[in-house]
Amino acid sequence: MKIHEYQGKAILARYGVPVPKGKVAFTVEEAEAAAKELGGFVVVKAQIHAGGRGKGGGVKVVKTVEDAVTAARKILGMQLVTHQTGPQGQKVGRLLVEEALPIEKELYLGITLDRASGKNVFMASSEGGMEIEQVAHDTPDRILKEVIEPGIGLSGYQARKLAFGIGIPAASVNAAAKAMLALAKAYDEIDCSLAEINPFILLKDGRVMALDAKINIDDNAMFRHPEFADLRDLAEEDPLEVEASKFSLNYIKLDGNIACMVNGAGLAMGTMDIIKHAGGEPANFLDVGGGANEEQIKNALRILLSDSAVKAVFINIFGGILRCDILATGVVNAARELGIRVPIVIRMEGTNVAEGKKILAESGFNFAVADGMKDGAEQAVKAAQ
Amino acid sequence: MSVLVNKDTRLLVQGYTGAQGTFHATQSINYGTTVVGGVTPGKGGAMHLDRPVFNTVADCVKETGANASVIFVPPPFAADSIMEAAAAGVALIVCITEGIPVRDMIAVRQFLKGRNVRLIGPNCPGIITPNECRIGIMPGHIFKPGNVGVVSRSGTLTYEAVGQLSALGIGQSTCIGIGGDPIIGTTHLDAIQLLNADPDTHAIVMVGEIGGNNEEIAAAWIKDNVTKPVIGFIAGQTAPEGRRMGHAGAIAEGGSGKASDKMTAMEAAGITVCASPAEIGQKVKERLGL
Repeated sequence: MKIHEYQGKAILARYGVPVPKGKVAFTVEEAEAAAKELGGFVVVKAQIHAGGRGKGGGVKVVKTVEDAVTAARKILGMQLVTHQTGPQGQKVGRLLVEEALPIEKELYLGITLDRASGKNVFMASSEGGMEIEQVAHDTPDRILKEVIEPGIGLSGYQARKLAFGIGIPAASVNAAAKAMLALAKAYDEIDCSLAEINPFILLKDGRVMALDAKINIDDNAMFRHPEFADLRDLAEEDPLEVEASKFSLNYIKLDGNIACMVNGAGLAMGTMDIIKHAGGEPANFLDVGGGANEEQIKNALRILLSDSAVKAVFINIFGGILRCDILATGVVNAARELGIRVPIVIRMEGTNVAEGKKILAESGFNFAVADGMKDGAEQAVKAAQ
Repeated sequence: MSVLVNKDTRLLVQGYTGAQGTFHATQSINYGTTVVGGVTPGKGGAMHLDRPVFNTVADCVKETGANASVIFVPPPFAADSIMEAAAAGVALIVCITEGIPVRDMIAVRQFLKGRNVRLIGPNCPGIITPNECRIGIMPGHIFKPGNVGVVSRSGTLTYEAVGQLSALGIGQSTCIGIGGDPIIGTTHLDAIQLLNADPDTHAIVMVGEIGGNNEEIAAAWIKDNVTKPVIGFIAGQTAPEGRRMGHAGAIAEGGSGKASDKMTAMEAAGITVCASPAEIGQKVKERLGL
């Protein structure tokens, strides 16, 4: 789960990572009040989950309350386009109004999982404020890494080594190391899957602070953190994805016009790939899971068909545990209830496939039954033209 | 021959009396797998599916001589179950559970170090040696004994590949579903090393997907060490960057984990890479000269 910068900073502050004074604002009035409280010299920052907000015009430094109000009016409600949002952009519904600080140096701190070793790795770089992927590509030697030992955590010596290594002056090293240890502790305790502070800043007066915070939380660990459920911002998610999540359906909306319904994540990706291979564009990823019931199949089909770009549906099921007759019954019932506006191509394999095909054939609907996934993809692409 | 599991495998089931455990233990018994009993804490002493239930894995191993375990335990408790099996000395642990937090698996990886046990999964469909032993949730009837080893991060893509092979009359030695999580016990490399060493495995099917770089690591080893034909497919060629595609581990982000990079590395290693998942069976047939 992704959370907003202001939410991430609030969590990090609880662990002892220094962050600027700031307030979230949902309205221009709240932004004005926050700017007044912070003395007028503030930064107004759009709160969306995507990065690259500054370049897209979503971050403004202002000297007075009046200018803060003007900035807030401009940013709040804007469709902010960054390299991570796609061309349609993301609507800004919240602002973070923060004290502006005299920056001496911009640095980078981050933690992520190293899959090969099965351990988290703490990264630090002198090249703050840039895309870390770019730094890794251009100047990999400027990214320092320390492995976080399971059960021990980041050690003080590791934090100091990183702090000295990225050029923090001796007088500020202890403060920086303390912030790093706090970040590592937070990462572990709140089950992060990614944490980045970019930039982590050294101030003119020698203090250090997290000027940004990107925190992702491991979805699989949410059962341990019921308090984080409120941090989810549904406005950041596609409405169809939100709808699908209510029925435990794994759905991701894409830009094509051939919808697909598949059991299993790997086969669902493979189905998208084969649609592309056949000359079409997938409209979505959808994994109905191995134990889908009729109700889920019906809701899945309803969600697929509510995407107005969809011109054909390809249902690709390799029934192992999921029985083909149950799938067929679900599809037929859904078709009766919802009405069908586009061609549906069905490929079924596995348990009770003969019964499934019989149910489809006797349904009175004109489903196209495919012979294998290649044939199914080709039929769906043709039907969508 | 086969790898890891065969007719001598003595399987215990953790989460034995639950719905999933019961259903799939029954399927395994019907397939001919030697299921010796199971564990459900608090239900020790009872009988289930005509086999004894134990309170702990250690008791079960002691009484039944179990040498493999399959785990059908909900995510909050699954990491603990893996460690319990490892502590009891179960040589092969197959964890089916999907949704275990990464933090828990970091601890498990650490716990398993230095112990002579192999973990398959989590978030996997299991492992099968056709007509000998089925551990997990795979549909047994699609498999056929033979000489092609299969290793895959995805369950249904394993079935797809196996379905194609069996339809062409090509049987399988052992099929290993290694799982779709970021931290797994047995990687592509581990599985391929085992299959490469098995004289009765004549070709290897390697199915990967976006996320991480385990396929690249395996490809590098294959290049230097494997003379058997290897046929591969990578799912997620059309997946958008930064989105998790169903599996917790299936995400291309920060410029790594992309399908194209994996396919390039595999091709450079002499692996026959299928652009479409529908070609896997046919390419195996061609590479085997059948």
